[in-house]
Amino acid sequence: MNPCSARSALTHPVGAAPLGRLARTAFALLAAWALLFAAPARAAEAPNEMIERLSHEVLERINSDPALKAGDPRKIDELVDGIVMPHVDFRRMTALAVGRGWRDATPEQRQQLMDLFRTLLIRTYSGALSQVGDQKVRMKPFRAAPGDTDVIVRSEVLQPGREPAQLDYRMRKTGDDWKIYDVNVLGIWLVETYRTQFAQETAAGGVEGLIRSLQEKNRQLAAGDGKVS
Amino acid sequence: MTTTRMPSYRCAAVRRLAVLAVAAATAGCATTGNGERGSSRDPLEPLNRAVYEFNDAFDRAVAKPTAQAYEKVVPDFVRDMVGNAFGNVGDVWTAVNQLLQGKPGHAASDLWRVAINTTFGFGGLFDVASEAGIAKHREDFGQTLGRWGVPAGPYLVLPFLGPSSLRDAPARGVDLWADPLRVELSHGERNNAFLLRAIDDRQRLLDAESVVDQAALDRYSFIRDSWFQLRRNQVYDGNPPPTYEDDTDWLDELEREESDGGEDPATPGAGLAPETANEVKP
Repeated sequence: MNPCSARSALTHPVGAAPLGRLARTAFALLAAWALLFAAPARAAEAPNEMIERLSHEVLERINSDPALKAGDPRKIDELVDGIVMPHVDFRRMTALAVGRGWRDATPEQRQQLMDLFRTLLIRTYSGALSQVGDQKVRMKPFRAAPGDTDVIVRSEVLQPGREPAQLDYRMRKTGDDWKIYDVNVLGIWLVETYRTQFAQETAAGGVEGLIRSLQEKNRQLAAGDGKVS
Repeated sequence: MTTTRMPSYRCAAVRRLAVLAVAAATAGCATTGNGERGSSRDPLEPLNRAVYEFNDAFDRAVAKPTAQAYEKVVPDFVRDMVGNAFGNVGDVWTAVNQLLQGKPGHAASDLWRVAINTTFGFGGLFDVASEAGIAKHREDFGQTLGRWGVPAGPYLVLPFLGPSSLRDAPARGVDLWADPLRVELSHGERNNAFLLRAIDDRQRLLDAESVVDQAALDRYSFIRDSWFQLRRNQVYDGNPPPTYEDDTDWLDELEREESDGGEDPATPGAGLAPETANEVKP
């Protein structure tokens, strides 16, 4: 039972008029009970369960929507903002990729970096959506101590006729929620890879320089297919 | 972090290569602007960049068009068979390396794969073993050396072959020496087989490469850093010990400081004196 339906049952008890006070109290109790138990149950979702659910959701979405698969930018934004981003600590992801430069960046620059990095990642991976087909995601055994707040969740993407592709997530617990802040594709961590890329730019031109080269890169990607060959 | 220590060189060929490499590095002392860690693992960057440019030019002119033509002309299922056949041959050397790495269980399963695929898979054209749930592995001698504790060493870009390192380049020679294709086939067959395998390998990279082109700010260092991660991951069979766990501490600390320092994160001042900002209250 999910908390939303429980709440609507509270405010609009079905057929309230013919029901006696007792029945209404029972309803309220039931709803309260549902709220009480449904909410914590969802919050306490283990990180590996969350990834499993999210993986299936995303694969299903992509496979059921040809426009999304073809790379329709509006659809991709919907998918990213609606399903993926709520589970990503993108601020942390960007900060770790930017590294030391993050310290000196103003709030405006930080926001700018996050937006630019997001655009870069979306542009990069939207081309790969067309390759999504009959893949399946299989979760690997998950090990974590009860008190852990920083874990790695491992999975692999299975495709007939191919070797399984490694796909891992680094997640951190903030409050009750687990959020992704790094992804590992085939053994390559996203943050680590971008950290040297970004460090190179900040070493040359500071945070402003990094922002400029990200803007330039995104412009190139928007104009053509990225690389001028 | 993976600090690059020089491996203890045992074999003379490696030593000669190292001398050559150092000579080349000192000759081309003009170091290009570089990221913090990049340079420590890539002392030969000027030389490597030159070879990288050469490889890139060759790739654009010859290798990539050939792979694209191959992809276009040869039907999917035939390409699968070609890949499977080479994969089957490769499994033998993989099994040997599994043994050398002290993983007899994996070695046995890889040999079992060869047995199944060579018989029921019609000489390896079909990968029936994978379908039966016997996972494919890829091990080479460079990974074996890594498993034995030899660090990757400085980055080396090899002509035509691409990213490698002081550990992996000589190890690649060992792979080649032990290659069943080289050992079993006649000279002419061998060259054809190597060529076909090279085209097949290149074709497999066509998809991945467009991602690299789009993702990278600097393609050279992007490939280099990804390659180091990839190899490390392979050495540890997909489960390397964490390397930058401590590197997130600075951010946790910064966030604590900034949430202590006021509502608005990184207001001028909060981020400026990070070492002393700990005690600052709004």
